[in-house]
Amino acid sequence: MTVLDTRTPAAPPAAPPSTTAGRLRWVLLDALTIAGRTFARLRAQPGEIVGFLVFPVIMTVLFGYVFGSAIRLPGGGDYRNYLMPGIFMQVMALSAVASATAVAEDMALGIIDRFRAQPIARSAVLAGRSVADLSMHLLTLASMAVCGVLIAGWRPHGTPLEALAGFGLLALFGYAMIWVGTYIGLFVKNGAQADAATFGWLFPMTFLANAFVPLEGLPGWLRPIADWNPMSAVVSAARLLFGNPGSAAASWPLRHPVIATLCWSLLILAVFVPLAVRRYRTATSR
Amino acid sequence: MIYAEGIRKRYGPAEALRGVDLEVPAGTVCGLLGPNGAGKTTMVRVLTTLLRPDGGTARVAGCDVVRDADRLRYRIGLAGQHAAVDELLTGHRNLVLFGRLYHLPRRTARLRADELLERFGLADVADRPVKTYSGGMRRRLDLAASLIVSPPVLFLDEPTTVLDPRSRLALWDMLRELVSEGTTLLLTTQYLDEADHLADQIVVIDSGRVAASGPSSELKARIGGDRVSVVFREAADLAEGVQVIRAVLQGDPEHRLGDEPDDRLEIDRAEHRLTLPAEHGAASLIKIAAALDGAGIAVEDLGLRRPTLDEVFLQLTTRPDAPEGGGPDRHEAGGPTGRAEGMTAA
Repeated sequence: MTVLDTRTPAAPPAAPPSTTAGRLRWVLLDALTIAGRTFARLRAQPGEIVGFLVFPVIMTVLFGYVFGSAIRLPGGGDYRNYLMPGIFMQVMALSAVASATAVAEDMALGIIDRFRAQPIARSAVLAGRSVADLSMHLLTLASMAVCGVLIAGWRPHGTPLEALAGFGLLALFGYAMIWVGTYIGLFVKNGAQADAATFGWLFPMTFLANAFVPLEGLPGWLRPIADWNPMSAVVSAARLLFGNPGSAAASWPLRHPVIATLCWSLLILAVFVPLAVRRYRTATSR
Repeated sequence: MIYAEGIRKRYGPAEALRGVDLEVPAGTVCGLLGPNGAGKTTMVRVLTTLLRPDGGTARVAGCDVVRDADRLRYRIGLAGQHAAVDELLTGHRNLVLFGRLYHLPRRTARLRADELLERFGLADVADRPVKTYSGGMRRRLDLAASLIVSPPVLFLDEPTTVLDPRSRLALWDMLRELVSEGTTLLLTTQYLDEADHLADQIVVIDSGRVAASGPSSELKARIGGDRVSVVFREAADLAEGVQVIRAVLQGDPEHRLGDEPDDRLEIDRAEHRLTLPAEHGAASLIKIAAALDGAGIAVEDLGLRRPTLDEVFLQLTTRPDAPEGGGPDRHEAGGPTGRAEGMTAA
């Protein structure tokens, strides 16, 4: 083993910046570094994106062509055009699963401990991760939109600006769900538990919404749950902005789906961002 | 360099640390020795700012662990029980990532990564994903990651637990080299010989309290150092052997043990085993072997061995005036078994 002098090089700043601007720059720089790590991981296994696509493509085929053949929309219209916004919402809702798994694995490996023992801005690790996760899921969403066009004949019928707004709302909802997943990931012991603690309830919840079937046929006691499920608002908003067929809306959130989606997403963020950051400050691997 | 006073930490109803004091001078090695759940990991986490203590104060490299945490984090390196590195990324990319998080310029971070990979014999595998590394290689990368800013204080939590004997020896060499360059090192271990080999000072911790501390030589003297263990073929041989050995001890003024020599002889009748302190190491062994041979007593096994962690705790935690309670098999439980009651952490 060559003996190198380990003492001389690498003199880092000996203390964190004291000015507000300096600290802000610090948070930003750290968040970028953390995001860069997520992208580097993606480059190391590009198959991941394909993996994210397999599930929604299966759902599209399964519902678009198998179950959909038995579903008649009350208001008329093409079921597959009705379905795609539901699939998009499901992709964004389940983004919580990937975030929870990734955070839980970092915890289990002690990587979060290492980050916390380094002079990194407290909020930067989770912020950097969440932004990187979002860009990953937007990539999935874009690929899924192309798949929708190719395999389900899906088209946005509104203006390009409306379509963009539709994707924007989906992205916002996805970002909120990433924070839900991050928070859960900081509690569980490993990736498998994280998967169970998110997918286990999120997946059924995507069915307790108007994503796949019109809500008109639901029994009376189930109807309010589906009406007020934030996921229903997201799907309705996307249908509205994409000009895809929807169904008659009885409840307030579904009559004002864009505002409801904004409210739900911001509420989720307002609850889960502080919770997750607080949890991160004290979380240690077991 | 490390100073802690009255550190307390509780997890719910369980008290992990009940007032731990610690002082490690610069450039020395402190071995935190204790069984699973004794509070070693919790103590390291408090000193590395991962956990906020419920009571007490601690300073590392002149920085308070609570009030001055960010400044402190530039002055320490931590390698936990797991190799905390990203499995998907290459070794080089891992070190650059952690270097960037110390706010090193990109170029410096890269140079530093190259240098550390070279030093830890990982240059050949620098561009391979970590998931292809062996356990020993991961450990070395993990250690390299904790040395990026050449921290004056290094914390290692059970650094050799998952290593094979050869990797363990290699790691010990690296640690000695770091210390010779001036690094202050605090390491936790369950193995007495590890603490013995590396540490200038050993702190024995049990159930969240310091059971004993001191220079390792002094502590070893208190523990009684090496022991001779004799296993006889027959129960009758055991009785005869005890007499022969007692005669040897009484005949040697150096071995005079006071009025009750029996205190130092541990007799396990079920196993036909006799254990006693070997004050002169191998010389004691030879003397006893010669005496037994002279008396024509059949011996199945005879050897010199280190006290187990269990014995260390018995020695250090039982008051000297208290009768040595418990059956003989209590002394024979080999290996570190957790004696701590209701502990968390680790």
